[in-house]
Amino acid sequence: MSDPIVKISGLNKWYGEFHVLRDIDLEVKKGERIVICGPSGSGKSTLIRCINALEEFQEGEIVVDGIELGPNLKHVDAVRREVGMVFQSFNLFPHLTVLDNCTLAPIWVRNIPKRDAEATAMKFLERVKIPHQANKFPGQMSGGQQQRVAIARALTMNPKVMLFDEPTSALDPEMVKEVLDTMVDLAEEGMTMLVVTHEMGFAREVANRVVFMDAGQIIEANTPNEFFAAPQHARTKLFLSQILR
Amino acid sequence: MSDVISSSFVRRDLLAERPAPVKTTGFIGLMRTRLFNSPTNILLTILGALLLWFTIVPSVKFLMVDAIWSGRDRSACLVENAGFAVGACWPYIQAKLPQLIYGFYPEAERWRVNLTLLLAAVLLLPLLVPRLPAKSLNAGLFFAAFPVVAFFLLHGGGIKGFGLSWTAGLLQLFDESILGAGQALLSLSKTSAIAPLLWVVGSLVVLLGTAIQWLIFPLTWLRDYIQGTGQPVWADFAITAAIVCLIAFVLGGGVRTGGRALASSIGTFIATAIVIKLMDLDHGGLSIVATNLWGGLLVTLVVSVTGIVTSLPIGIALALGRRSTIPLIRIFSIAFIEFWRGVPLITVLFFATYMLPLFLPGNFTVDGLVRALIGIALFTGAYQAENVRGGLAAIPRGQSEAAAALGLSWWKTTSLIVLPQALRHVIPNLVNSFISLFKDTSLVSIVALFDLLGSLRASFSDPKWSTPSTAFTGFAFAGIIYFMFCFGMSRYSLFVEHRLNAHRRN
Ligand SMILES: Nc1ncnc2c1ncn2[C@@H]1O[C@H](COP(=O)(O)OP(=O)(O)OP(=O)(O)O)[C@@H](O)[C@H]1O
Ligand SMILES: [Mg+2]
Repeated sequence: MSDPIVKISGLNKWYGEFHVLRDIDLEVKKGERIVICGPSGSGKSTLIRCINALEEFQEGEIVVDGIELGPNLKHVDAVRREVGMVFQSFNLFPHLTVLDNCTLAPIWVRNIPKRDAEATAMKFLERVKIPHQANKFPGQMSGGQQQRVAIARALTMNPKVMLFDEPTSALDPEMVKEVLDTMVDLAEEGMTMLVVTHEMGFAREVANRVVFMDAGQIIEANTPNEFFAAPQHARTKLFLSQILR
Repeated sequence: MSDVISSSFVRRDLLAERPAPVKTTGFIGLMRTRLFNSPTNILLTILGALLLWFTIVPSVKFLMVDAIWSGRDRSACLVENAGFAVGACWPYIQAKLPQLIYGFYPEAERWRVNLTLLLAAVLLLPLLVPRLPAKSLNAGLFFAAFPVVAFFLLHGGGIKGFGLSWTAGLLQLFDESILGAGQALLSLSKTSAIAPLLWVVGSLVVLLGTAIQWLIFPLTWLRDYIQGTGQPVWADFAITAAIVCLIAFVLGGGVRTGGRALASSIGTFIATAIVIKLMDLDHGGLSIVATNLWGGLLVTLVVSVTGIVTSLPIGIALALGRRSTIPLIRIFSIAFIEFWRGVPLITVLFFATYMLPLFLPGNFTVDGLVRALIGIALFTGAYQAENVRGGLAAIPRGQSEAAAALGLSWWKTTSLIVLPQALRHVIPNLVNSFISLFKDTSLVSIVALFDLLGSLRASFSDPKWSTPSTAFTGFAFAGIIYFMFCFGMSRYSLFVEHRLNAHRRN
């Protein structure tokens, strides 16, 4: 439980002239659940997208499970095999059935025989409680169901770390709960998770640490209890007062 | 309890069906609800009916009522002999049908054309029906094996070697062109102002050419040795088969998993051997029918099918190239697409036919039909590239990001996620280009290839059949043929679109 599985040090990123991430340092231990929050445009998405190299960066270093990812993005493939990601807009493949969505990467990236891949996929679909929808197309499902499929799809690759970028913000309120429940289950099984979300209930219940970002910097990081009870920074207080009204 | 059941709110027996008070079905209903339900619709209905009246009635009159159905020469289709204003002269089409289908293809050899068309139908039809099995084998046969077989069937001729000889020949040609360029530079350096530079570059090029010559020497030596044996084709075939099977075995995963790859490559070679033997390719094959004898529907089909099958991969490659992040590839793709789109097809065909031979090295000739084919394939490819690009642009970035996050490489993301979706979006546009390609094949008649329309025009000059209605009959016939093919493509594309977009219907 002690060695960091994700280690970000001195990370800096610019979009053209715009300094979007500034000197980010963050260590995530194995099994740790981190919730990242902050105002819109503060760079939360950009930060977690750097971890699986969906974004390139100019300075600093990210180490995932001992694999170094520098500005030249050399070990992209190795890192992506360790890291699963769930997007705000699900990004399921609409032309494939739910089952095919979940077997595609195991078959084509890990060269697992189709039969085994399907068995594994069904196991994870059962875990997110939609095994009987396996032959539907994503467009025929509700948003909450789609997001749970997306979680199952990421899990079929046996990632060591899961990244969530606002997984519930595109959902109707009653669907938010089913997705959050799935994520809570996952957390209880000991998955290392980095979650960008504004669901403060989830943060209280599940997170080991809450990280607050503003203007491309981490300005506060604390246990959920302390974070919500005694925020240090004025910016954090303002944010919390707006979000917890 | 029984009180409740017997209460008058519960119906004892089912009511008989009753017709609607105002008729909404059948012809009357259709008229009431669709055709005459508003002043605008009444006007449109009347206009439509008039339009039909003025087009359908004369056509039917010309094609059927006033048509002449039998006769031996033009005299049957003349007003004097028929006694009324003659419409279509069908005996003329009947007499000219072989020419319209085969052109000047020798009569004794026409079975080869028929066999090719039959093979095409047998391979293509099952490919088009989604329910039938073995799609990849079927596709392999149609797209890889059939073109080769069709070439040797239609054109004739045999082979003198196999894979090894061809590879050696190709490498030698490549090497000779390098050596030639080096020597040209050296001879240029004798007169030029920048002589030393040219001399250095020329020497380097010659050196490179010589090095390659030595590198491929074992291959060329083996080729010459094989050609010296009594059975060059089969010796070469055996060596090529052994090498390819070995490579397939190793690439397929060696002893552990290579069995399948080995079996399928051995199967392919056995099938190839059977074809070679059946068509006698090792002994010169069928007699050669030069492409300038081909004509009629045969040329139309050869040109359009080749164009359709080759232009799509070209278009996909160009569209992907245009979106590439590598500047050289992107600039090349853009320049290529814009060049071909900016030039009319007629110019392309003229260039390919009359000017290209002037640029090619002396001993290197390309058949006239092949030149036209290449021109049309590249031309249509450029158009298809823009169609495909439209589809690619419609795929949200999240799709390739999700694929990347799952660890799929660029190639796999493109071929498994992006292209399948992009192509589905643009099926109508792709088929639109295919249909227009099919009709544009008639332009090849300006470069001395006699396609369906060309053969038809040639047949007009036959005095035996010259009557006032010959030309109209001929064009009507060609129109019907073109329409059948284009309409077929259009309907099939609708079917495919409907089927592939099943996931979008909720
Ligand atoms: N491709 C891009 N080019 C230029 N600027 C960008 C790009 N993507 C994001 N940005 C900018 O970077 C900043 C951080 O974006 P990011 O998406 O990380 O914010 P966020 O914290 O996730 O916000 P939100 O809560 O709205 O999702 C924003 O100001 C945004 O405008
Ligand atoms: Mg965001």
